[in-house]
Amino acid sequence: MSDIKKFMYLNRRAPYGTIYAWESLEVVLIAAAFDQQVSLMFMDDGVFQLVKGSNTSESDMKNFMPTYRTLGDYGVRHMFVDKASLEARGLTQDDLIEVAWEDFETEEEVDNIVEVVDTEQATKLMAESEVVFSF
Amino acid sequence: MADLLTVNKSPFEKNSLETAIKYSTAGSAILLIEDGVYGAMKGSRAESMVKDAMADKKVYALKSDLMARAIKDDRIIDGIEVVDYAGFVDLVEANDKVQAWL
Repeated sequence: MSDIKKFMYLNRRAPYGTIYAWESLEVVLIAAAFDQQVSLMFMDDGVFQLVKGSNTSESDMKNFMPTYRTLGDYGVRHMFVDKASLEARGLTQDDLIEVAWEDFETEEEVDNIVEVVDTEQATKLMAESEVVFSF
Repeated sequence: MADLLTVNKSPFEKNSLETAIKYSTAGSAILLIEDGVYGAMKGSRAESMVKDAMADKKVYALKSDLMARAIKDDRIIDGIEVVDYAGFVDLVEANDKVQAWL
């Protein structure tokens, strides 16, 4: 695997109600393990995946929120969130988890790789990606 | 005649809640479960539809599903009653039948 490609994972489903969010996380972790350039985009109900404070103690479901916080450690460099989708749901960036990133070789650090983008930026980011996986 | 309607889909992705509201009689109870609980959130574009429905219908939301989706009490539309599994059973018992809107 000498070629590094720009992968974009597009998440448009709410967590828990369907398996999409969880499956997407699994595939993201696999791609990141192969040293690809991995970005995530959260749009429509997908923005609910990043809302902090999830508690599944009364639902008999695995709370996979902690896994999102580790994505930076797996080499995911960008997690983009569509602004219009947040606004339609009465949410702001303050409602979302923060994910830190660090390059262990260069020691470059970023406190939070979760970034809210407008429609134009989101369109450009997807267009510039070489592979887009939809969930 | 009063029915319990359950809605388990997000109002932003499917029109299940919208149709359930439109085709239900006054006095019906609407229980939001699973992804349906996103309809209970304040400040969203679905809020006015839910508030209008509350003029002649009672709206409930299931606690465990609100918790899993990080929807805290202060983010829930005023007037929506949060119920647990036992409350769900009480609603089933109190109404003539249960109609699921998927």
